[in-house]
Amino acid sequence: MVANVETIDQVRAVTEQKYKYGFFTNIETETAPKGLNEDIIRFISAKKNEPTWLLEWRLKAYRHWLTMAEPNWAKVGYPPIDYQDAYYYSAPKMKEKPKSLDEVDPELLRTYEKLGIPLREQELLAGVEKPAVAVDAVFDSISVATTFKAKLQEYGVIFCSISEAVEKHPDLVRQYLGSVVPYSDNFFATLNSAVYTDGSFVYVPPGVRCPMELSTYFRINAENTGQFERTLIIADAGSYVSYLEGCTAPMRDENQLHAAVVELVALDDAQIKYSTVQNWYPGDAEGRGGIYNFVTKRGACRGRASKISWTQVETGSAITWKYPSCILQGDSSIGEFYSVAITNNRQQADTGTKMIHLGRNTRSTIVSKGISAGRADNTYRGLVKIQPKADNARNYTQCDSLLIGDRCGAHTVPYIECRNRTASVEHEATTAKISEDQMFYCQQRGLSQEDAVSLIVNGFCKEVMKELPMEFAVEAQKLIGISLEGSVG
Amino acid sequence: MLEIRNLHVSVDDKPILKGLDLTINAGEVHAIMGPNGSGKSTLSYVLAGRDGYEVTDGTITFDEADLLAMEPHERAAEGVFLAFQYPVEIPGVSNSSFLRTAVNAVRKHRGDKELDAMEFLKLIRAKAKQLGMSDDMMRRAVNVGFSGGEKKRNEILQMAVLGPRLAILDETDSGLDIDALKIVADGVNALRAPNRAMLVITHYQRLLNHIVPDHVHVLAHGRIQRSGGRELAEHLEANGYADFGSAEAA
Amino acid sequence: MATDLATVASPPPATPVERFRLHPRPNSGTGLRWLNDLREAGLDRFGRLGFPPARSEAWKYTSLRALETLPLEPVAASDRLIAPSAYAPLPLPPELNRSRLVFVDGVFDPAQSRTAALPAGVVLAPLRQVLAERSDLAEAHLGRIAEGEGQAFISLNTAFVDDGAVLHIPDGVDLETPVELVFVGHAGDRPLVWHPRILVVAGAGSRATVIEHHAGVGGASYLANGVTELALGRGARLNHYRAQRESLQAHHMAMVTAHLAQDAYYDNFVLSEGAKLSRNQIHCVLNGSGVTCRINGAYMVRGRQHCDTATFIDHAYPHCASREVYKGAIDNQARAVFQGKIMVRPDAQKTDGYQLNRALLLSEHAEIDSKPELEIYADDVKCSHGATAGDLDADCLFYLMARGIDRDSARGLLIGAFLNEAVDEMEHEAARDGFRTLVADWLKGR
Repeated sequence: MVANVETIDQVRAVTEQKYKYGFFTNIETETAPKGLNEDIIRFISAKKNEPTWLLEWRLKAYRHWLTMAEPNWAKVGYPPIDYQDAYYYSAPKMKEKPKSLDEVDPELLRTYEKLGIPLREQELLAGVEKPAVAVDAVFDSISVATTFKAKLQEYGVIFCSISEAVEKHPDLVRQYLGSVVPYSDNFFATLNSAVYTDGSFVYVPPGVRCPMELSTYFRINAENTGQFERTLIIADAGSYVSYLEGCTAPMRDENQLHAAVVELVALDDAQIKYSTVQNWYPGDAEGRGGIYNFVTKRGACRGRASKISWTQVETGSAITWKYPSCILQGDSSIGEFYSVAITNNRQQADTGTKMIHLGRNTRSTIVSKGISAGRADNTYRGLVKIQPKADNARNYTQCDSLLIGDRCGAHTVPYIECRNRTASVEHEATTAKISEDQMFYCQQRGLSQEDAVSLIVNGFCKEVMKELPMEFAVEAQKLIGISLEGSVG
Repeated sequence: MLEIRNLHVSVDDKPILKGLDLTINAGEVHAIMGPNGSGKSTLSYVLAGRDGYEVTDGTITFDEADLLAMEPHERAAEGVFLAFQYPVEIPGVSNSSFLRTAVNAVRKHRGDKELDAMEFLKLIRAKAKQLGMSDDMMRRAVNVGFSGGEKKRNEILQMAVLGPRLAILDETDSGLDIDALKIVADGVNALRAPNRAMLVITHYQRLLNHIVPDHVHVLAHGRIQRSGGRELAEHLEANGYADFGSAEAA
Repeated sequence: MATDLATVASPPPATPVERFRLHPRPNSGTGLRWLNDLREAGLDRFGRLGFPPARSEAWKYTSLRALETLPLEPVAASDRLIAPSAYAPLPLPPELNRSRLVFVDGVFDPAQSRTAALPAGVVLAPLRQVLAERSDLAEAHLGRIAEGEGQAFISLNTAFVDDGAVLHIPDGVDLETPVELVFVGHAGDRPLVWHPRILVVAGAGSRATVIEHHAGVGGASYLANGVTELALGRGARLNHYRAQRESLQAHHMAMVTAHLAQDAYYDNFVLSEGAKLSRNQIHCVLNGSGVTCRINGAYMVRGRQHCDTATFIDHAYPHCASREVYKGAIDNQARAVFQGKIMVRPDAQKTDGYQLNRALLLSEHAEIDSKPELEIYADDVKCSHGATAGDLDADCLFYLMARGIDRDSARGLLIGAFLNEAVDEMEHEAARDGFRTLVADWLKGR
């Protein structure tokens, strides 16, 4: 008996260490009734005091969604999702919109503290030399706080929740919302267009280099709740912004749906750097629970010599379905995609990018590192498309897969469509495992097996990790080690 | 033989050569020295006719003809030979068939009879041997898997076989150890002739100990800054390019 | 008057399935129940599948719409008229002693065929003859290698399987003389269809070379819908090459399935230069350890040709190696498609897989669609693939021109070298030289 209790405790300790963000915050919430219909959409829209055009847009999306079929081409398997058996709106109860952090429920603040995301600016500023990061914190369906807004305003940078943007900057939102990912784009993006609840909005005015990193921290807390956030970032001519995105969720036995849309617009000479560390709850070792992460991220390099760079470290989620893409419209524009995707246990990831070359002298670089362990499946799926007018377009793609253990899968599915002779497209992919020599060498120098794996995998991912902003890189490195715990031995 | 007048060249809209003048007569060996980024390689590529080098002003005449109006292969047939700083690898084309195609293309242009396989083999055998190149190197694909020294020797072999009127050696000494340098220099010296001119482009004086020039020019900021005899090269060896300002400062 | 009414009453069948149902069943192998069942099952499956739909992943980049509307007719006896010199033979050295089976519009032509002295026990004969005299041989393998499930064209071929070539080599026999299989497309004034079947059974430790030559005469419009089934026994070695030079109005489908037993060695090369639309489909199943599988090829297309290559290498056992090098030159408005997949199943440890597709776009309207794919379930493997697309390397071109070679010749030289890098993968020297000649001839037509 005693032994049993001990065992249970040990197991619990181990599991909790593996996913340290798996706690649940007990907080009073306001929730819309379960299910999805036009009334729910009207409810969401009304909650947010939205203008009629936006409600109409949501309804148009919803009606279109009803005619669509869930995509099945990705190499992921899951039981059918009952879209009526989920909540589409859940928000921490607040009397009024909090005017300052002091009005925010302390329980909420504690949650973010626990997650390592300080929301108090003074704390941030007091914190030694660490550069300041402005944070928009999204809790279930709504944004609860955005920091450093005032300081950013001095530069003319708008950083707020998208709901606030609809209220305060309706023209900007109306001009760009759905301009990169139209409401009819794909099953999950269309669903998002109908029911999105919040997200972040960024506008960087011409010639401005955003003075600090911007970030959004997404937290799913409530049970049976889908998170549908929508992010819109516009970098006006000659501007620069670096944006980070992080996310976690409690450990639950049931699967939760996360269907986000991110739209980026870069005008002439503008640059957007978008980094993601995705650490949604991945489910347990047997594949119970975890987030279904069906995300549409796309950037349009509209302007001449504009640049959009996606960097992602994907360690969480039961299922990842995401293809951050670049539409290279402007002549001499640049698209980049740097990705690390780690799957362990029963996780499934089907991720990659699309680089659509439309303009002349456009360039794209794709570096993808897939690591698969346990009984997981990890697929790189990418499209490089060179259209007839994209003279001198260049693409270079490197996809490397690492397998840890003999029960996982690593797959590479690139599509290359080239319709311009002056273009040059190059794709290379390799698959290998951690060599016994490397393992032995590390262990002989005193590293434990798990430390050795973490070290080697971090080396394998280096090309991608160095693209991450400093503040994220360290955390991401640790995360890689944690995600692979229990994968060897 | 070669007259360059007020040559202005831009690459990607960036001016590199800004009014370069140079005259080379038959039988002469000229050296162009200059710091990195001064436009030395640009000059060699413009002379050979590479795409992407836009002549915005000035003229180049070669034996009274307008060199700039010619395609690269016409320049080669007229006798302009560029020994590349970085010889290009051509997978799938054997060194010997490449050379034979080139020799016959040039012979045809000059109105000479094309060589058959046997005649060609006789022509290159001796020359390849002088340069220490094995039959195996002739069978392999052009420059593929060649060491730095082998590539440079291959350039000199091509030069010997094609018998140019103007040979441009672009940083031929780069990446060579002293033994390889000597073999290459001997090969070049053997080709010195009264009806042939040479333009040796180099960063260091070292090569000029082996290929002794008649005239030395210093190229900086896109123009010839000073001309003199070989003592100028020795002066540069002792004092560097400081007198002319670094390219970065330009 | 009555006949006229009947014609008006029954409009021509609208779909390929309906039309093919009206084609007469082959009369070979009458009385062979298994054969009858095989054909019926094939027709059934084809009836269910129809031509691959436009959006299917396997046919993502190849439209069959034009073929679907073509009123294809089966070959009639009166269609087979061809003088021996009407097609350009494969440029193999005349002194190369070889057996040759010639098929005209899918039907065996004894007049043009000859068989070199064969070692004892070797069977080399047209399928119709084998069905009549050695039906046991056919029964043991026919339709058992090529997988019809989900494969419309294989099913269609099976439904009308009639003639073709059978090569059976007993264990340990070295068939020193190559076997040349010539398929001439000739069809006259109306579009015909035929369904040739090749069956090669190579016994344990045997060795052989099979060279397929598909040639078209004039601008004949037809569909050559061929299926090849190969079974290599333990340690067998087979060189299997194909020169596809169909008529420029033809549709060419070639579906190869190879079952490779332990330690087998398979060297395949396909050169595609003919046909308006061609599909070169190869499926290799590595059924034992120690197998070496080499699937190489080159495609050279111009005008409005469409050339589709789809390969699938299935590693199911440990310690096998597969290598695939495909290179292509695409000119004018032509389009090429390459879909190559390497599958490594969970037990296939120590697999060494390599795959490369490189395409040259020689004109501003040329197009390449490439999808190299790895699906891997074993960790101790070395697998890589690569794909490139674009024009000739500008540095190489300049280098050649700087040596006095004019632009056109320089381009020709580089294109030839580019394609020959793939041709050089062929292990049979005489065949390789022949295929190099085909590349050179194609370049002359630039």
